[in-house]
Amino acid sequence: MTQQSLAVEKSTREITFGQAIYEALAEEMRRDPTVFVIGEDVAEAGTPFKVLSGLVREFGTERVIDSPISEAAIAGIGVGAAMTGMRPIVDIMFGDFITLTMDQMVNQAAKIHYMSGGKLKVPMVLRTTLGATRRSAAQHSQSLHAWLSHIPGLKVVVPATPYDAKGLLKSAIRDDNPVAFFEDKMMYQLKGMVPAEEYLIPLGVADVKRAGSDITFVATSSMVHVALDAAKLLEAERISAEVVDIRTTVPLDKQTIIESARKTSRAIVIDEGYERYGVTAEIASVIADGAFYHLDAPVQRMGAMDVPVPFSPVLEDQTVPTPEAVAAMAKILCGK
Amino acid sequence: MAHTKKKTAKRSNREASGVHDERWLHFYRQMLKIRRFEDEVNQLYLGAKMPGLAHLYIGEEAVAVGVCEALRQDDYITSTHRGHGHCIAKGAALDRMFAELLGKEAGYCRGKGGSMHIADQDTGNLGANAIVGGSAGIATGAALSIKLRGTDQVAVCFFGDGALGQGLLYESMNMAALWRLPVIFVCENNQYTEYSHYRETTAGDVKARAAAFGLPSHSIDGQEVRTVHSAALDAVARARRGEGPSFLECQTYRFHGHHVGDIDRAYYRSKSEEEEWKSKRNPVKLLAEWLTQNKLAGAAVLAKIEEEISTEVKTAVEFALNAPFPPATEVSEHVYA
Repeated sequence: MTQQSLAVEKSTREITFGQAIYEALAEEMRRDPTVFVIGEDVAEAGTPFKVLSGLVREFGTERVIDSPISEAAIAGIGVGAAMTGMRPIVDIMFGDFITLTMDQMVNQAAKIHYMSGGKLKVPMVLRTTLGATRRSAAQHSQSLHAWLSHIPGLKVVVPATPYDAKGLLKSAIRDDNPVAFFEDKMMYQLKGMVPAEEYLIPLGVADVKRAGSDITFVATSSMVHVALDAAKLLEAERISAEVVDIRTTVPLDKQTIIESARKTSRAIVIDEGYERYGVTAEIASVIADGAFYHLDAPVQRMGAMDVPVPFSPVLEDQTVPTPEAVAAMAKILCGK
Repeated sequence: MAHTKKKTAKRSNREASGVHDERWLHFYRQMLKIRRFEDEVNQLYLGAKMPGLAHLYIGEEAVAVGVCEALRQDDYITSTHRGHGHCIAKGAALDRMFAELLGKEAGYCRGKGGSMHIADQDTGNLGANAIVGGSAGIATGAALSIKLRGTDQVAVCFFGDGALGQGLLYESMNMAALWRLPVIFVCENNQYTEYSHYRETTAGDVKARAAAFGLPSHSIDGQEVRTVHSAALDAVARARRGEGPSFLECQTYRFHGHHVGDIDRAYYRSKSEEEEWKSKRNPVKLLAEWLTQNKLAGAAVLAKIEEEISTEVKTAVEFALNAPFPPATEVSEHVYA
């Protein structure tokens, strides 16, 4: 957290995750006239989450473009604009809707640089959301970041704090590759300290959000907070948990993950995507490969239950890892 | 290919007065170049010298040339899996195209794209696309980029009748119309979506689909290059004036199969139908006849062009056959910029 400690020395203020996103967009749009936003209800409405409220007043409807409900074409238009000198930010309201952009993201955006032998570039950002427990049921609650993480040519960002969100989004916008940026929609009101001065966080660098010695929690996005809360619960059990926030699934900072697992000798990987074939499996295999001889227990994975997200709160709350469940698993791994 | 505005204006005056320069000979040369390039591609396939398959453009040359000759070098096109014609018409060199088809390092995409993915930034070719209709958004995005950057470029989206089945096309047309983007949707209706007649897959009137979005929409004879060119000039001029997108359905025919390996076609179209198009609706032959009738070229001139192109193709394919493959280490390069 050296970056953050440094930042604290300068002028910092407490802002929400949503405000951090807004600031990143506004700063990059001021800095670079080729940056623009396109999506459903991004202008006057400022998106249903109100994250972009006010952006259109500064930049006008030419650069904050309200589109029809046409996710495939919005993504395609982003690709075409990116190939021809612009830096589009495509806003896909709910992460569930990235299914509609799949050809453009997977077959077009991800492959154009490679297929053209390195000549064409697609510097676009697809901003979207993830996360359940909003009582939005099966088609508005999924965390599908693993889908895009599977595809070579794409980068995928899963920030967990306002500070990370701002610094990572600014880097994503400046990146010459297509970057998918997933925001936990339950996190928009989360507050955190963010420097007033400009800063960037490089893509592909994990952050140890809490140091510990007995067990490592490798977590993403919403689950970083679940991991931190679990770590607090474990203090009473005299179990010292380290929390590694990978911040980007692609590129993946394997070194930080492996070093932490070697140090603590136990690991749980926590992610809000479906557990089956998911981000947790990938990271567990990284740990198994890189820290096998240092491990005192099998690597455990905790993801969303492999069920469509149910509507009823009683059912939905069971589908996502909780601090209590993570702590319970940690106790088992630590033999307590 | 790059024309100044002045030249374009001068050309239009000549056209209006019925006086023709050597431009149509250039058109002929371009169309014949595509024809002979594709003939050679077929030979490379038959001789097992080319990895994979290719989708030949033979029979459709008037569309690519008629449209691309209305464009400047800095205008954009997006192309299809049947894209060699578009590449050549937009100004690509045959040697680097052959090299790409053979997977060689000297190819336009260092051998990483192949037949279905040739892109050439220098001539505004944003790339062929192996997803049917997949480039409708890209072309429209390029047009949005043009508008935001404030230039007077245009973008042309080439696609086949098969793409009429893709929703992306209509989503894109809707936004192009709403925002008056400088994009021209060119539907090459070669009558067959792979192995099915388009009438089995496409309901209603094709041009009416675009007209429903308010796009000027025309169905034209895609075998007459002068007809295609005239329609393209109108659409391009309109787009450059900032008046928005338009749609051209060019009625054409692929003389060969869906791809080079599609030899036995009797189950989806008759030999007599193919012969009819080849003998009566051959765009290269139609232009040659018109040139001759109007005394713009004699047999000797046409023969000379044929010979020059034959030499160019031969030199180009030899270059490609002798060119080295990319180094094996290149497999993991260019995944990320």
